[in-house]
Amino acid sequence: MAILVWIEQRQGRVRGVAREALGEAQRLAASLGGPVVGVCAAAPEMQAGLELPSLGEAGADQVLLATHAGFGLYDAAGYTATMAAAVAAVKPATVLFGASAMGRDLAPRVAARLGVGLASDVTALAVEGGRLLARRPVFAGKAAQRVAFPDTPAMATLRPKVFAAGARAGAAAAVESLAVTVDEAASARARVQKVAAAAGGKMDLTESEIIVSGGRGLRGPEHFALIEQLAEALGATVGASRAVVDAGWRPHSDQVGQTGKTVSPRLYVAVGISGAIQHLAGMSSSRCIVAINKDPDAPIFKVADYGLVGDLFEVVPALTEAVRHLNAHV
Amino acid sequence: MLQVVCIKQVPDTETRVKVAADGRSLDSAGVTWILNPYDEFAVEAALALREQQGGGEVVAISAGPAGVATTLRTVLAMGADRAIHLRVDGAAPDPLTVAQALAEAIRPLDATLVWLGKQAVDDDQAQVGPMVAELLQFPCVTALAAFQMPGEQLVAERDIEGGREVIAVTPPAVLTTDKGLNEPRYASLKGIMAAKKKPLEERPFPSGAAHLEVLSLELPAPRSAGRIVGQGVAGVAELVRVLREEAKVI
Repeated sequence: MAILVWIEQRQGRVRGVAREALGEAQRLAASLGGPVVGVCAAAPEMQAGLELPSLGEAGADQVLLATHAGFGLYDAAGYTATMAAAVAAVKPATVLFGASAMGRDLAPRVAARLGVGLASDVTALAVEGGRLLARRPVFAGKAAQRVAFPDTPAMATLRPKVFAAGARAGAAAAVESLAVTVDEAASARARVQKVAAAAGGKMDLTESEIIVSGGRGLRGPEHFALIEQLAEALGATVGASRAVVDAGWRPHSDQVGQTGKTVSPRLYVAVGISGAIQHLAGMSSSRCIVAINKDPDAPIFKVADYGLVGDLFEVVPALTEAVRHLNAHV
Repeated sequence: MLQVVCIKQVPDTETRVKVAADGRSLDSAGVTWILNPYDEFAVEAALALREQQGGGEVVAISAGPAGVATTLRTVLAMGADRAIHLRVDGAAPDPLTVAQALAEAIRPLDATLVWLGKQAVDDDQAQVGPMVAELLQFPCVTALAAFQMPGEQLVAERDIEGGREVIAVTPPAVLTTDKGLNEPRYASLKGIMAAKKKPLEERPFPSGAAHLEVLSLELPAPRSAGRIVGQGVAGVAELVRVLREEAKVI
């Protein structure tokens, strides 16, 4: 039975979470059977730029495309109708979405329309005894659940940056159009007017390969320049602890931890962050953790792969300089 | 204008998670229960809007065991007018089951706005808000970062990867709140006294088949503590070396 994958596009470009979900779907197809069918909703003029046949390389055997004048920007009602139409046509056993801002909004609507359960932000899928099981972090990563799906189709959203896109060089997906009846009145009741770019084109923390986070050790918002300079040298995104967000030094979108973002970058550098349990929950799944703190007993050192004990006001500029030097000579 | 705020009682964020004897749920011994942090912003938004509009009713609804009544009293003390407790004991129901129960309770109220936190900080599913919207056939904006409601219409903003969506919404609608939307108020002493006399109605949670089966709750393998590579500026060169040569991350 087919595995259906939501192909998220933004401004006519297919996003990485969709390729990751296709890769995982293709891997599952080995034990669950296929085909892997992508579903995309877009404005008609976007079709050529989406390069949907190339999604064969990421794992799609087929892509169903629904076009509509109102599908250029996210249309919750229209996209829900698209996914419901695809499920009715394909009758999949499994439906996957990326757990992006869009996927987290759309997938529950589709699940509620179909009357089936949904597992959010899944970090592993496995087939045991013929049934699909999902692993998903809870309590922001302090623990994980294993869940099974009593309903058909099984539905899940996949955490970004955890699953690998397929690499089927040269494979092309067959693209077919999907007819969708759009309820214009429903779409008009929540209409995206525009998407404003984030200041400085900042990347979302959940999609960042490297994160440099600052905490109360910085003593004031003006000293975040040190963090920004190190982040720039590393090609990293700036994060923050709850303490400094609550103090108003940084916006909430920068917060890492249980009431902020849960992140798993390749490298996480914690500067002047002592390591409260709610912060550790949000970053402990990072591949490599570096802690810079003047207190050698700070809990952050218990999860760090590499620690540097010292005054961040001296250490961080020296580290920034060393990284710049490395960049210039490699 | 009637507004509904759906809230959840969750373990305090400082809780150390221990697995209960059933192997599937949280060991609740010694756990401090609080109003879900994201729900505080939902409660504040509804109360502030009631004040801005010079009246209206705010109804708090929660599904959960007996102890949830305490958290509903907190919301009444903050300023909600009345509360409905959908009593369910034993294992926590899955998000779709909760959404179906909430939608059923909300439907007869003729609500203009339904508020929820964007997710509960225990199971982190972030599903109930948009599911309630779908079941009620309402539009929905999740993870609301800012909003204005100058008249009948509402302009909502939400953060997405690398940007911010601006959405025009026609109520009745469901809105889920992100941190930073507002500054939640504390319950005043007067509010706490008044809350004791406000109506809190307990109803049975509707029974039905589960839509997710939790097989186990597991703690992550503890990270092995790493090593201190040096002290102060003198340690920087070694740090850069290990990141490049051992960890291969820069």
